[in-house]
Amino acid sequence: MLAITNRVDNAIAMGAGVTFCTVFSSLFVSLFRNVIPSRVRMLAYMVIIATFVICVDRFLRAYFPPISEAMGPYVGLIITNCILMGRAEAYAIKNGPWLSALDGLGCCLGYSFMLILMALIREPLGFGTLLGHRVMPSFWTNWVVMTIAPGAFFLLGVYLWIFRTIAKKTET
Amino acid sequence: MNTTNPLIILVASIFTHNIALVYILGMCPFIVISRNFKTAIGMGVSVVFVVTLTAIINWPIYWKILLPAKAEIISYLIFIIVIAATVQLLEMLIEKFFPPLQSSFGIFLPLITVNCIVLAVCLFMVLRKYTFVQTVFYSFGTSAGWALAIIIMAAIKEKLSLVGDIPHGLKGAGITMIIAGLMAFAFMGFAGMITLQ
Repeated sequence: MLAITNRVDNAIAMGAGVTFCTVFSSLFVSLFRNVIPSRVRMLAYMVIIATFVICVDRFLRAYFPPISEAMGPYVGLIITNCILMGRAEAYAIKNGPWLSALDGLGCCLGYSFMLILMALIREPLGFGTLLGHRVMPSFWTNWVVMTIAPGAFFLLGVYLWIFRTIAKKTET
Repeated sequence: MNTTNPLIILVASIFTHNIALVYILGMCPFIVISRNFKTAIGMGVSVVFVVTLTAIINWPIYWKILLPAKAEIISYLIFIIVIAATVQLLEMLIEKFFPPLQSSFGIFLPLITVNCIVLAVCLFMVLRKYTFVQTVFYSFGTSAGWALAIIIMAAIKEKLSLVGDIPHGLKGAGITMIIAGLMAFAFMGFAGMITLQ
């Protein structure tokens, strides 16, 4: 999912899509938790998740064609995002529907925050714009590296470094 | 219909369009499994096998069944079920007929169902309208490229653990990201030779 964080609007769309899918799949897994046989529960999660991903895909295609175009196959890949499966297996299968939906919402807000944080750095440095508006001064030379994959890797590495260092400071 | 030479697709999907380093997919196993060189090879071989097989099964399902029936809206659902079923079947076959392979190969199979690259290959194949031959080359190339990336990463990390002078905050996932970024540069360096789309 990191590959599409080079523009803020893509990151927001992806965050919203993942949040929608997780909240509703958690809700429905939780509603059906007493009728899903435990042997085929993985397949049941997959079917529920895929249903909501199809909804998101169709919605983006109908109302936001440029974003849908830019995200390409990454919308479909929400299905294999570990968060959805993880929340279904770790929380929704054991708890009530409202709590499960809230749990999904909480996890996804953190995830979306991270995606947008990446895009907030990558878009101004890489394209000189923010949400499509020019923010950098005219003498600014775009850092092409930020628009392609290595930029995402480096930025995530740096973020991890910062967060780990802060986490260690608060521990001790 | 796409008319690119299958051999160009093969080379492009291994190097310039490497799915791990350029599309940033299949990251969970890429970070976790790459701690150990031998496990990385086992995982890489399993992925090559599963990805190529599921792409070969999913191609006729999409173009010959779903599209004529105007049911391409449920293609995600069908793809993911086919992938889960194929992996399950392979697991049972290996357990029954090749028990020696079980310990080196079989333990990775359940993990592959939720590996993004299996589904990603099916989605790209539809999006780029590949023919059957192109799909075979593309799926093999993509999975081989992923395996190559994870094996190189595991080898670098094993060497790095001998030197071991990394700042605390960068240990583990952090340094993996930096190495992946440098590797991505190296792989993209072939871009001058090949153009795909």
